[in-house]
Amino acid sequence: MSAHSDAAASRPGRWQPAVTQDPLLRKHGAQGSGALGQPVSRIEGPLKVQGKARFAAEFPYEGLCYAALAFSTIPRGRITALDTAAAEAAPGVVLVMTHRNAPRMKAPSLMMSSPTAAGASDLPVMQTDEIHWNGQPIAVVLAETQEQADYAASLVTAGYAPLPAVTSFDEARKTPRQLDNILGQPPVVEIGDAEGALKGAAVQVDQIYRTPRHNHNAIELHAATVAWTGDELRVHDASQLLDLTAGQLADIFGLEADKVRVSSPYVGGGFGGKCLWDHQILACAAAKLAGRPVRIMLSREGVFRIVGGRTLTEQRVALGASADGRLDALIHTGIAAMTAHNSCPEQFTFPTRHLYAAKSVRLAQEVADMDMLANTFMRAPGESVGTFALECAIDELADKLGLDPIELRRRIEPEKDPTSGKPFSSRHLIDAYEKGAERFGWERRSKAPRQRRDGEWLIGMGCATATYPYHRFPGGAARIRLTAGGQVTVSTAVHDMGMGTATAQVQHIAARLGVPLDNVTFEYGDTTLPRGVIAGGSTQTASIGGAVIAATEVFVEELLKLAGNDSPLAGLSLADVETRDGGIGHRDDAARFESYESILRRAGRGELVCEAEAPPPAEMEAFSMHSYGAQFCEVRVSEITGEVRVSRFLGSFDAGRILNAKTATSQFKGGIIMGIGLALTEETNFDPRTGRIVNASLADYHVPVQMDVPAIEILYTDIPDPQAPMGARGIGEIGITGVGAAVANAVYNATGKRIRDLPITLDKLM
Amino acid sequence: MNPFSYERAADAAAAIGLAKGNAAARYLGGGTNLVDLMRETVERPEMLVDVTGLPHGIEPRADGGLLIGASATNTALAADSHVRTHYPLLARAILAGASAQIRNMATVGGNILQRTRCRYFYDTAAACNKREPGAGCDARDGFNRYHAILGASPACVATHPSDMCVALAALDATVHLDGPDGPRSIALADLHRLPGDRPDIETELKPGELIAAVEIPPLPFARRSTYRKVRDRASYAFALVSVAAALDLAEDGTVRDVRLALGGVAHKPWRASAAEAALKGRPANPESFRAAAEVELAAATGLRDNGFKIELAKRTIVAVLGDLTGDEA
Ligand SMILES: Cc1cc2nc3c(=O)[nH]c(=O)nc-3n(C[C@H](O)[C@H](O)[C@H](O)COP(=O)(O)OP(=O)(O)OC[C@H]3O[C@@H](n4cnc5c(N)ncnc54)[C@H](O)[C@@H]3O)c2cc1C
Ligand code: SF4
Repeated sequence: MSAHSDAAASRPGRWQPAVTQDPLLRKHGAQGSGALGQPVSRIEGPLKVQGKARFAAEFPYEGLCYAALAFSTIPRGRITALDTAAAEAAPGVVLVMTHRNAPRMKAPSLMMSSPTAAGASDLPVMQTDEIHWNGQPIAVVLAETQEQADYAASLVTAGYAPLPAVTSFDEARKTPRQLDNILGQPPVVEIGDAEGALKGAAVQVDQIYRTPRHNHNAIELHAATVAWTGDELRVHDASQLLDLTAGQLADIFGLEADKVRVSSPYVGGGFGGKCLWDHQILACAAAKLAGRPVRIMLSREGVFRIVGGRTLTEQRVALGASADGRLDALIHTGIAAMTAHNSCPEQFTFPTRHLYAAKSVRLAQEVADMDMLANTFMRAPGESVGTFALECAIDELADKLGLDPIELRRRIEPEKDPTSGKPFSSRHLIDAYEKGAERFGWERRSKAPRQRRDGEWLIGMGCATATYPYHRFPGGAARIRLTAGGQVTVSTAVHDMGMGTATAQVQHIAARLGVPLDNVTFEYGDTTLPRGVIAGGSTQTASIGGAVIAATEVFVEELLKLAGNDSPLAGLSLADVETRDGGIGHRDDAARFESYESILRRAGRGELVCEAEAPPPAEMEAFSMHSYGAQFCEVRVSEITGEVRVSRFLGSFDAGRILNAKTATSQFKGGIIMGIGLALTEETNFDPRTGRIVNASLADYHVPVQMDVPAIEILYTDIPDPQAPMGARGIGEIGITGVGAAVANAVYNATGKRIRDLPITLDKLM
Repeated sequence: MNPFSYERAADAAAAIGLAKGNAAARYLGGGTNLVDLMRETVERPEMLVDVTGLPHGIEPRADGGLLIGASATNTALAADSHVRTHYPLLARAILAGASAQIRNMATVGGNILQRTRCRYFYDTAAACNKREPGAGCDARDGFNRYHAILGASPACVATHPSDMCVALAALDATVHLDGPDGPRSIALADLHRLPGDRPDIETELKPGELIAAVEIPPLPFARRSTYRKVRDRASYAFALVSVAAALDLAEDGTVRDVRLALGGVAHKPWRASAAEAALKGRPANPESFRAAAEVELAAATGLRDNGFKIELAKRTIVAVLGDLTGDEA
């Protein structure tokens, strides 16, 4: 009904980011708000356990055919021969699509380069004979069954004219490149003369840390079911990027934006990987060519070949400190592998931009171009591996200073953001450390390494800081629909990849509108709904919050209008009222109240529908906003074999208000488990001779299994961030940050060995 | 996966009859390895002869040994009370392998004949002499953390991945075969070959032969036996190095007899005969254990990624033997 505008923003009672607080933060005890923070079980849980939740590869269509891909086996060059005859003749084959017969399509554009850009790469998809990475799709086979398609795809053979390719990082790093920005931030930050200060410092740490490539391995394989009706395209996707995917597909196929509908109600894990990759584009193209609906589900190998992951990094952290543990110099520089057609440089210097106070700072990161699959976001891109380097170095410094590592962090705790100079919106890192330390029994840690053992097993403890930025994406909208029966439906094209978005939003909406949980429906996962934001960067909850706040304001204003002069609310405006007990009431006068149902009934209305867009994220401009945490780890390391077992883990977080204790705890734990993989087992084996990923299977790419994961305890401060909608800062990614360092620091405490090269495999400790 | 026909054999004779003369026929156990390889198009059989209907009994013999039908599942064998009491190293080896779900499907015959996990063998885009004789070996100078340190050849540096077989090798198990030319038996230790210049020929099986049963002779001192597997994560990973051992101590604390076999180190389960010989009559102490380990691994050589396994194997041998000398072993 009314979209956001600046004039509206200044109306009294409206939430003005950075100026006023979300009114929900003032609300106490109103009916419904009690649900906020409660451990409500996932609302879609029963559907999932009954197998009734339909995932992208489960939508039936009349005449559906199944797709399989054939992949290139060289990293760079041209296809000189492509033999598809055997595949075409194989049983059940509908067609084979290659660059020779694929429909002409525009190339995707790099994410963030335009409002509809969703590409991890801007290379054209199956339009030419050019090969840009080992594993690039060279043919799509459509067949009547998946088995037939898979078999036929194995019969496609290709000949190549290879071109020189850069597939060795050592080679690539000889010609580093500096980007003009790192996700909108300057690639270089200099405060004072950090190198000079380092040289003059009383105590110094100066080390190189290395982190390997990682691949996405969500349990649900990437999949899409697509169907054309005339020039209308319907895509059932596994997506954390609905509106962008629809917009980008429209661009690629030259369609009006409203001709593409993408939906994704359930996703079996995203972590940054369930975005737009070649498979959705190829499925749409093949469906067009065949004139039939197509289902594509990548094999596990296919996910390794065409879905990017976290790139490798080599980082230098150098710390110069005074004898009493203040930082004179803080240096964090390094290089990450990237491609020329990608915009994901793994922003590992980001945590160092705000974590600690230092007299001089130097941060710089570069990229080394390689011929490989495009990088992408993978849970806490940048922070996950950046905190490994930084937090190991801090531990090394504490050791040299003879200080407890928590005490060192107390001494370098900044009062304001050390590089931007902005005030923190809310920062309780030291609180998180203290609570965590007490609960974990940190005082039992021996100061010197190699002091505790149980038979052959050396025991050690380590800690590290976790952090992840707060972001709120602009552009999201929400629609509220109220029925005469008091049922509320809030709709926006957002995503729930299993993290509990819908559940937390139902709680949020119940609290905000003052209605019982059972009266609330949250509609999401479909581009026919009001435009949503992406589920990435731990931003979605806050971004939805911003849109729901704006829609609620319109909703209340509309209801006040409908209530008219015969209501106890007569004469009141947005600024005077709050939503409570299934209606609207005067903030300071319990008697002035009218229920939603009564207002609608008196106005003769069957329903009320309002929609609004979130106000721009001015809070991010005014404040330094981040979540924090303290990770505590205990390990056992075999003195004989070097095997490392994490025996206890505790994460203590300061992530603003927690909306659902159960789903939030699961998010934190899931992040920590992924962090244990990052610390100990995960590594993509990228063969520098061929640029090919060698361990493209879950048998050989080691994610942690049940026995690698100890009981994990989660604490959180639950202190609302005054600048964030609902006071909540986003929790999806912070869990993985700091884990690599906490494990490595514990390994040091156990063994006296510093491993600065992930993963910490047993050979490094023998 | 290519199209294939599927037949279920009621007994060994039927199975052999179905597969006879058909080079593109394969016996199918639980399929946990063969079907994976078919999905990767490494194996392209035209006919599968399901042998899970063949005998799967686990029967103690009059002499105190054990006869195991080839179709016994890995789970059943590990859970068998005779095995757990008399051959604990075997139960432990099986339980150290794969996952409960896979062990429920996997058969004894299939476990013995499972193929290497070398990733270049699995990736048809790579050069692999085992898959395609004469093509070359991408593992030699590639990712070879899981590869052999003993008995490898320039043609192939792959390992045999089974845990169960390491225990069977230590126990002097015999494999009973049946085939177009009738039944015969072979020591498990002789069944698998070293790669030499024909890594594609992995066992001494003749065309059309199948495994009918495995027999373990009595070994009273195997009550004091164990299996230790060292790997990259706590479970569900193949061995970097594993050690199966049984120890018989004399009253005076010397080694009266010992059985020792290594996994994860060679193209076959590696019976450590040289170490065994070096141990007999020696005092059961870390010095003797280390000396024996040195003897066994004297000829070991490391590749780009796996040199650490030489020392790891030595240390694991010493640790396992040390555990077996302890009271609670
Ligand atoms: C992810 C994963 C992890 C694993 N981890 C481990 C591990 O840690 N340790 C370990 O030891 N193993 C591990 N395994 C391997 C597992 O033990 C084998 O796959 C299994 O034992 C094979 O048995 P099967 O009955 O399924 O054999 P199949 O796959 O049916 O057959 C394997 C081979 O044996 C042949 N064959 C089967 N039965 C007979 C017979 N009676 N006579 C002649 N030929 C026959 C088949 O033709 C085929 O060549 C793992 C497997 C997987 C998939
Ligand atoms: S080691 Fe053996 S199996 Fe592996 S690539 Fe070389 S020849 Fe093939």
